[in-house]
Amino acid sequence: MRDVIIIGAGTAGLTAAIYALRAGKSVLVLEQGTYGGQIVNTPKVENYPGIEQISGYEFASGLFKQAEKLGMEYRNEKVIGVRQEGTCKVVETEGETYEAAALVLATGAKNRPLGVERETELTGRGISYCATCDGMFFRGKKVAVVGGGNTALEDAAFLSNYCEQVYVIHRRETFRGEDKLVKELREKANVEFLLNKTVQELKGDTTLQAVMLRDKNSGEVSRLEIDGLFVAIGQVPENGIFADLLELDEGGYIVAGEDCRTNVEGIFAAGDCRKKTVRQLTTAAADGAVAALGAAQI
Amino acid sequence: MAVLHLTTENFRREVLEYEGTALVDFWASWCGPCQMVGPIVEEIANEVTDAKICKVNVDEQPDIAGKYNVMSIPTFIVFKNGAPVKVSTGAMPKAELLGLLR
Repeated sequence: MRDVIIIGAGTAGLTAAIYALRAGKSVLVLEQGTYGGQIVNTPKVENYPGIEQISGYEFASGLFKQAEKLGMEYRNEKVIGVRQEGTCKVVETEGETYEAAALVLATGAKNRPLGVERETELTGRGISYCATCDGMFFRGKKVAVVGGGNTALEDAAFLSNYCEQVYVIHRRETFRGEDKLVKELREKANVEFLLNKTVQELKGDTTLQAVMLRDKNSGEVSRLEIDGLFVAIGQVPENGIFADLLELDEGGYIVAGEDCRTNVEGIFAAGDCRKKTVRQLTTAAADGAVAALGAAQI
Repeated sequence: MAVLHLTTENFRREVLEYEGTALVDFWASWCGPCQMVGPIVEEIANEVTDAKICKVNVDEQPDIAGKYNVMSIPTFIVFKNGAPVKVSTGAMPKAELLGLLR
């Protein structure tokens, strides 16, 4: 039996590993994909205190190495279930079963799909969820970004360096993202804001050619010719496997306060998978520390 | 075997005319998920003996990427006897990458 099992090796999970290891605990981290979480897709992190600028990849691999050096046990396995046997927590993966005194769930969140027809079919064929990964394939072309948060605005700024024209499609009049980013975009000649509009339909045979936009106020539908559509409308959690054991909110996030404690003693939720208002790199790291120090006392 | 870096010069000889299995990783230096999966690709190249493991830098070789409609990286294409048989996009753990070869 381990002291602490952490599910998810993003910023929250790996920070939890560092804190639990430094508290002298044995730690197993389980990750279904590659480690690092969402920050890996970010080319430049410029809001992490004390680090002026770092790439998401460098940040994530630094975090991983730090945890590894402290003695983290890391396994690439997908968790399919979690249950409680007495005070012991049992984690089942595809092929193995592990036990621990405490669990830290740091499963993060994945990109929210638009929810329009043919979206899956056209993903990688004009539809993308990662501007920094796929932007250069649209060099000199017309693209649109959907969303109103920092990710959408940063994506638009990044794409404006490569693309002939960048449209920012947003369902509201104002942006949730930073004013500084909005101002920077307004100054760019090849960026145009299409506000109060939603994507209603995707057009194109084998690759995306256009989208149909619906104006929220007038109800009018218009056609926008584009080669690429970058979707940045937030995230959705993947906490379905915990639904029987833990309280989730209507959006599927794990209900836990700032102390990261869930409704089950000894199970903590950290980072983007937890119900909270601010989801940033710093808050993911903060959650990881809080959850690990709580778990270390179990 | 070490990872084989492909260019328009050697692509035909090393992949299209190769009688066997070749895994091609389309990547770029600025792509985080590509950097994340890069060491895994190297590891596989050193371990497998029944497949050729190759990389195409999409910045330096846009023609090869364009020919295979690569619009997202990392993209992995498995070639068998010169014909593309499997395509997969996004970073993935080692077991999944090895699975592409099976």
